[in-house]
Amino acid sequence: MNFWLVLAANSVTFGGLLFLLSAGFSLIFGLMRIPNLTHGSLFMLGAYIGVTFVAGLLGFGLNFWVAALLATLIVAAFGGLIERLLLRRLPGDALAQVLVTLGLSFMIADFCLMVWGGDPLNVVTPAGLGGFVRVGAAAFPLYRLAIIIIAAIVAAGLWLLLDRTRLGAMIRAGVDDPDMARVVGIPVSRLFTIVFALGAGLAAFAGIIGGPILSVYPGLDQDMLPLALVVVILGGTGSLLGSFVGSIIVGFIYNFGQALLPELAYFVLFLPMLLVLILRPQGLFGRHVP
Amino acid sequence: MSGRVFFFAVALAALVTVPFWTPGIYYTNVASQILFYGVFALGLNVLVGYAGLVSLGHAGLFGIAAYATGFMLQHGYGHSAAIVVALAIGLASTGVYAVVSLRATGIGFIMITLALGEILWGLAYRWISLTGGDNGISLHGRPAPFGQTLNSPTGFYYATLVVFIASVVAVAVFVRSPFGAALMGTRDQPRRMNALGYHVWAIRFYACLLSGLLTSIAGILFVYYTQFISPQTLALTSSAEVLLMVISGGPGTLLGPIVGAALVVVVKSVVSGFLERWNFLLGAIFVAIVILMPEGLVPGSARLWRLAQRKMAPSAKPAATGAKP
Amino acid sequence: MSRKFSRRKFMAATAAGAAAATFKFPMPAIAQAAPFKLGLLTVKTGPLAQGGIQMEQGVLTYLKEKNNMMAGRKVEFFSADTGGNPAGTKTKVQELVERDKVDSILGPLAAFELLAITDYIAQAKVPLLSLAAAEDMTQRRPNPYFIRASATSAQFMHPMADYAAKEMKLKRVITVSEDFAFGYEQMGGFQQTFEENGGKILKKLWPPLVTPDYTPYLAQIADCDGVCQGFAGSNPLRFMKQYAAAGLKFPVVTGETGADDALLKSYGDEALGIVSCVPYTMDLDTDGNKRFVEAIIKDFNTYPGQYAALLYVNCQVVEAALKALNGDSSDKAKLITAMRAVSLTDTPRGPLKFDHFGNVIGDFYIRKLGKEGAKYGLTLWNKTIKTYHNVGQFWTYDEKKFLEQPVYSRDYPPLKP
Repeated sequence: MNFWLVLAANSVTFGGLLFLLSAGFSLIFGLMRIPNLTHGSLFMLGAYIGVTFVAGLLGFGLNFWVAALLATLIVAAFGGLIERLLLRRLPGDALAQVLVTLGLSFMIADFCLMVWGGDPLNVVTPAGLGGFVRVGAAAFPLYRLAIIIIAAIVAAGLWLLLDRTRLGAMIRAGVDDPDMARVVGIPVSRLFTIVFALGAGLAAFAGIIGGPILSVYPGLDQDMLPLALVVVILGGTGSLLGSFVGSIIVGFIYNFGQALLPELAYFVLFLPMLLVLILRPQGLFGRHVP
Repeated sequence: MSGRVFFFAVALAALVTVPFWTPGIYYTNVASQILFYGVFALGLNVLVGYAGLVSLGHAGLFGIAAYATGFMLQHGYGHSAAIVVALAIGLASTGVYAVVSLRATGIGFIMITLALGEILWGLAYRWISLTGGDNGISLHGRPAPFGQTLNSPTGFYYATLVVFIASVVAVAVFVRSPFGAALMGTRDQPRRMNALGYHVWAIRFYACLLSGLLTSIAGILFVYYTQFISPQTLALTSSAEVLLMVISGGPGTLLGPIVGAALVVVVKSVVSGFLERWNFLLGAIFVAIVILMPEGLVPGSARLWRLAQRKMAPSAKPAATGAKP
Repeated sequence: MSRKFSRRKFMAATAAGAAAATFKFPMPAIAQAAPFKLGLLTVKTGPLAQGGIQMEQGVLTYLKEKNNMMAGRKVEFFSADTGGNPAGTKTKVQELVERDKVDSILGPLAAFELLAITDYIAQAKVPLLSLAAAEDMTQRRPNPYFIRASATSAQFMHPMADYAAKEMKLKRVITVSEDFAFGYEQMGGFQQTFEENGGKILKKLWPPLVTPDYTPYLAQIADCDGVCQGFAGSNPLRFMKQYAAAGLKFPVVTGETGADDALLKSYGDEALGIVSCVPYTMDLDTDGNKRFVEAIIKDFNTYPGQYAALLYVNCQVVEAALKALNGDSSDKAKLITAMRAVSLTDTPRGPLKFDHFGNVIGDFYIRKLGKEGAKYGLTLWNKTIKTYHNVGQFWTYDEKKFLEQPVYSRDYPPLKP
């Protein structure tokens, strides 16, 4: 009973972390049709920057949440720069986009190694969230429960932004028909920069929020990027609801799959991904076939 | 035209004499690597460049041929049997790979191939009785065709060169053939091709087989070169690496993948001996290529060469100098 | 918990280390004898860089201490980055042997890298000193040009199991380690000795190498009295954090990598109480070790763990062998024989000698992680609680019988019903 409870609870909370990880990728891919393969590196960069602020870059340590916000803003700005200087030149050129995003991920990964070294960095669980919640005989870490709440807040915020604000309407117009949108006076190029920055910022935020669970180490980017891709595929691209539900589903597959089918641990995510792609290439919630 | 013939003649001469003008057998070995990674990239380019299908799982096919060779040799078979069986298994696997992946195109194809590549990688780790797990399979020795031993770096280089030239010729013939034209048609205008009565799926399927054949050949050369195969070779990073070779060199060109292979191999093997941050450099080179020559090194250089020629020929029409090629 | 992050010092040290490694040491203007060429196969990029960087630090510390001389000869040091994959390792070992013409090679880091080049090394007849723990390199498929001053995967697990059964009085243990050969061999060794001393392994869990969240495995840890883990690299940190966060309180025992001293600066309270068995401990109170530890702290602003220390020890072995041959490294067969004949007492890992397979026989230290005895500005410390002397790769088993049993794998030894 304990076992099932813990796994179920973790499925939801791990799903929350996956949502934070993949929301940025899904946003950029869904809205700009760019496969942002730098996503994992931005996640890792955000984690490294965040942990540096927490540990005390300027002689004093910052509050975890402040550090997370700062890291998010820094990486978002960096993302905006990437879009403006590099990606803007390559509209629709998927191969060049792959080349530049992978090239950037090499550079960012090596930069992190240079600055922070090879040893893993511990991220202290923020104050007040280090304890347990007892459900019957099971103990569940409080911080993981906090993550699902954070994920829900972020999801709600994104939905509000895209569905209920003028900015969101402009973004959606720019995505559906960029030329028409320009004719109507929407600054599509500037919006794309904002969207990419937002996606990058989300990746960084996920990185530092995930820090207390995952720690930060070289190779974190390569470990997390495939997970983001699996979520995006299963949940469908460009759909926020799809992203959220997809994340929870992947959370369940990951937890129960690895626990109950240890022989298939390596395939527990990619087999379902393959099946979904074969049967329904647009993902479970996607609107259009990619 | 004669410029081209001249260029190829010089290139051929240079390749044939590599062991003589490079500073040591170490560089002959690097040249061998450039050649078989070149064949690998040529194989992937059949899909990426000419079919418009980006595969992120090709390292899996590369690995299957390598493992098949190793497995056969480990169980006492001779080199000829090992190579033939490896090619057969490679082709069969490519067939399955193609049937599954061609359920989608575009991003769907990329994701399916990524998933397949990851699954093959996982199999390489877990199917220990077949693959040895992460201990891998070690080879002992290379074939000796026509009595010539390939154990020396020079011997192996020349054998690889022969295979390489044959592969380049094969791809060149394919590109200029009706099949090649049809394939490029399916890349550029799939619906129109369909309307014209071409069986788009079948064309793509056969292209996959050609790609898989070249990839398997490269895998066999690789395992004979390294004398070892382990699951790392099938990792996502390996698939990404060969894709980067194709894109950075110039997809849809004959020489592009070879130049891309040379770039990556030289930075990884040679530059890494002088520069600790070679990974950063490689990434920076890719970014620079995107900024300066987004179509790839080979087409980009050709474009810049034509621009330079035009600038140096003042008798050219004024209208032409400002025009983009 | 962790040392104050001193970025400037770190950058300077990293730059110094990088510069030292990037550029070869200068050729002597007037050479009394040709320089001794020493190669290092390490990983400086990618996920394995953690251990790889430390390996190089160990070698650089030795060379600096000895003023770049070994047995009266200048040393020319070649550091090669294999990228952490077998093909890269093969390329780099060829570079070292064919282009740089090294006399001996240190490294590589990982077992799969070692397996990729073992035949080549035997053919090229170049002595290789590695700390990769692949058992069969000195057991069922020995390489005459190979020597290992660290340990086989099971070599530190046998005494750990002995201690766990006899002193910690554990009886029902669940093992959890990464799903690859290093994990299998560690847990296999632990299981064999543990079960012979009255213990029982209840379950063996094998999370894949890339497992961001260990919860599916942690949820299966119950109804036992201890956990044996064998994680390496960055994984021990993550595992212990998630272990503690899941509310698990069973005592944890581990081997060479699970509580490595290099991780002490990163670990937090979640690691308190881990018992580990290692070939090298910072806690060893000898002048030689103190000198080594202080040099690492000063030059690289970090703490030495297994990788740095054992490479330093390997350099000591090389120099001792060279001295025995009066500096003559021309006959490689004689060189490897001399290396295997080396017997040292003052190394950072204590006394050592080699068996006829080229594997070390030395002291192994059982330590407990706590706050007591912390030195050099650390908050946590691995305090030595027992030392096993003269431990070889076969433990107390008969060598012939041991070699007849299959190599430790996922399913060997099998679980008792």
